[in-house]
Amino acid sequence: MLMPKPDKGTIAKRDEIIRAMQSIVSDEGVITNKEELRAYDCDGLMAYKQVPLIVVLPESTAEVSKVLKYCFENDVKIVPRGSGTGLSGGALPLADGITLGLGKFNKVLDTDFKNRCVVTQPGVTNLAITHAVQHEGFYYAPDPSSQIACSIGGNIAENSGGVHSLKYGLTTNNVMGVEIVLMSGEVIRLGGKHLDSQGYDLLGVITGSEGLLGVITEVTVRILTAPETAKAVLLGFDTSEQAGDCVAAVIGAGIIPGGMEMMDTFAIQAAEEFVNAGYPLNVEALLIIELDGPEVEVEYLIEQVRKIAKNTGAVHVKISQSEEERLTFWSGRKAAFPAVGRLSPDYICMDGTIPRGKLSEVLREMNKLSKKYDLRVANVFHAGDGNLHPLILFDANNPGEFERAENFGSDILRLCVSVGGVLTGEHGVGIEKRDLMGEMFTEEDLKQQQRLKCAFDPNQLLNPGKVYPTLHRCAELGRMHVHKGSVKFPDLPRF
Amino acid sequence: MTENLKPENNDQVLESVQWAVTQKIPLDVRGQGTKLGMGRPVEADHILDLSGLSEITDYQPSELFVTANAGTPMKDIYAALDQQNQQLMFEPPDYGPLLGGAADQGTLGGLVACNIAGPRRIKAGSARDNCIGFHAVSGRGEMFKSGGKVVKNVTGFDLSKLMTGSYGTLAVMTEATLKVLPSPENTRTVLVRWAKDGDADQLNNQAMTEALVSTNEVSSAAHLPAKIAARSAVAYLNSAGGAVTALRIEGPAPSTAYRCAALKVLLSKFGEVEELHTKNSKMLWKEIADVSYLAANQERAVWRISVPPTEGAHVVQRILESAEADVMYDWAGGLVWLQIDEVDQASKDLIRGSVVQAGGHATLVRASKQLRQSDIVFQPLDPYMTGITKRVKNGFDPESILNPGRMYKGI
Repeated sequence: MLMPKPDKGTIAKRDEIIRAMQSIVSDEGVITNKEELRAYDCDGLMAYKQVPLIVVLPESTAEVSKVLKYCFENDVKIVPRGSGTGLSGGALPLADGITLGLGKFNKVLDTDFKNRCVVTQPGVTNLAITHAVQHEGFYYAPDPSSQIACSIGGNIAENSGGVHSLKYGLTTNNVMGVEIVLMSGEVIRLGGKHLDSQGYDLLGVITGSEGLLGVITEVTVRILTAPETAKAVLLGFDTSEQAGDCVAAVIGAGIIPGGMEMMDTFAIQAAEEFVNAGYPLNVEALLIIELDGPEVEVEYLIEQVRKIAKNTGAVHVKISQSEEERLTFWSGRKAAFPAVGRLSPDYICMDGTIPRGKLSEVLREMNKLSKKYDLRVANVFHAGDGNLHPLILFDANNPGEFERAENFGSDILRLCVSVGGVLTGEHGVGIEKRDLMGEMFTEEDLKQQQRLKCAFDPNQLLNPGKVYPTLHRCAELGRMHVHKGSVKFPDLPRF
Repeated sequence: MTENLKPENNDQVLESVQWAVTQKIPLDVRGQGTKLGMGRPVEADHILDLSGLSEITDYQPSELFVTANAGTPMKDIYAALDQQNQQLMFEPPDYGPLLGGAADQGTLGGLVACNIAGPRRIKAGSARDNCIGFHAVSGRGEMFKSGGKVVKNVTGFDLSKLMTGSYGTLAVMTEATLKVLPSPENTRTVLVRWAKDGDADQLNNQAMTEALVSTNEVSSAAHLPAKIAARSAVAYLNSAGGAVTALRIEGPAPSTAYRCAALKVLLSKFGEVEELHTKNSKMLWKEIADVSYLAANQERAVWRISVPPTEGAHVVQRILESAEADVMYDWAGGLVWLQIDEVDQASKDLIRGSVVQAGGHATLVRASKQLRQSDIVFQPLDPYMTGITKRVKNGFDPESILNPGRMYKGI
């Protein structure tokens, strides 16, 4: 993984930058000590580490604005960081860049139940939003598995998903407004407690922009009333084809479950050994389908799902009889990553999305790849929306095995794209999938995306080296290369 | 000389735009032109008519998406979805009659470009939440794409959102992919019939709020003051004699029956409660989506106001203190449609002033061409927003040849 070459000039003026930062934020908000900096040397993608030039922890929008303005004027790079739980290396530091931590932005500012929204600072964790509103029967729907630790600002930067996104949408469908600071230090507000922000939908492009467009300093999200009840059904199938058919039939019947998760044999066995969730061990695919809503609706739909499951060949059907049992069903799925992790010194987690109907084809091909690379793979899968999480097991102590695992992962993502899917469903491109962008996009597609970046960050100081495999200068991107359209096209219909 | 270009395939769209770029000729990009009344008139003599690009290219019901060329008539798309008992959850309204045109017209490209949505907006989002990918030709004369055909996708910037609601000012969309979902098995509507006119009443607003914060999963909430309710084709409304608040419940039959009953109990303290079943419900919510109550009196201007839901009635109250207007509320009070006699400096300042105070924005949706030529249609942007808006436009359409001036003067 090649990162942009650190700029020696910036590193040489480190002391000057530190003094400038100390004049903007409080003294303890500027971290310069090598030992302390090490705590920031990676995010959730731990295979890549880099100690940042320094870390700056501002406390207000005004401070963020001043920091960015200084960096803009002095050509210093910035890497924004929330809780550092991202899985694609989006917050990987730069040797010549400031890591800007938003951890001190940790207050919920306004819980507005009547307008069904919460205004919060970006460093507040995803789960803390639900905690702030649950006493009135509300919750915040997007639920990435890191929700206890990940920040809402980071969720917006990555457009995080989760188990519930099938029914309740991704982060982008639940964010109503943001305040962001542009690289120039300008502060803009997009959206708010009303719907449809005016002008171009910049809120829509900020969401999922992986820290490349601006620094989020305030957030407005919508909250939902918690469903009256929820029940889960555990289904085992002899083949993944049958499980795939069941998923298609459930959706075909007009049922959009609160969650619909699949696990393969390896993942089932690992999870069962780890937490004893009561999973059947003799099946090739396990489905957990959760229905939520008013009790009468849940009862009605769960019966429909049970019938569909029988018709599509389920050999194991178990409906949760209590809240405790429902949580037990989920415990195995939620512990799947650490459970698989126990079986191997290291693993990497992939994140492609495929059309639901291609599931068994992709699993078959993946098993072939597993043999080719001689590495084991376990699959957990957001079956409802086609988001695949293959876990590739390897041992970093064996020379060459990490590279082999990465190549295996890349081949899986190529496979996802080739069947009509995409490189990443919810973890982001970051550095991890950066060099695969060409599998999905043409050079012109990528250049057009980067022109949007130029509108926000003309000197490419915000999180450079992430998402896009080639850094083009904005001046170069702006140049026009139109083929001479001097002849008017004779066969073009006119009226 | 006006020349109308009518490409029949993507390559011809590309050729047309490349020609316009090299000749620096601005284009008026349109589908069937049914929403030309929205936004500012385009400053271009040449028309790029996309209605020749009309085909549903990929509809996979089990994958829950439909892909079609930008010029595909929406009625063709609805017909295809209907056969599979699916629908667009954001319930695109038909503003044809509101804008003085025919009903049942319009194309996919126009719908996406204007980012409109019906009463289910509060639950299912808008066009921007449902457009998951597109192909287009930029104002640089280059073909590009973004997004895809799967919902869960964070690969690269989400340009689908940027394109949605950009009124064709950034790129000429040739194809778009929308999310689809199964149509709900059953629809019911709970009506609260008020004894009063209910033009700007806090209690009406409170009833919608209470319905929405309950666990009854209300998918839409609208309030029709007495004068508006009287214009409905649904008997329960036109005979009400007072204002009517409507709450929609959708889902499996046993569930809608249960939730409807619970909602009636909850709301009975406000007034007489009634219930509409599927047929009447559909009729009512289509009227509300299409704002058909304000289609008459074409000479009167129509404003569309988006504010926090609890602010809707406050904003209207402030406006009605100084002006006479017909109003209706959707999105639980967050969307206000307002019909007013004339638009002058005083009424514009009154409306925009009230809206800004509440936190939101107002758009002049229906007005004379002359009036729309002034900088009144969209709420003015602050200097930083103007700057970023211009820079974004410049990145896609540096020669400003695509629908120049449609949103803001000089952009």
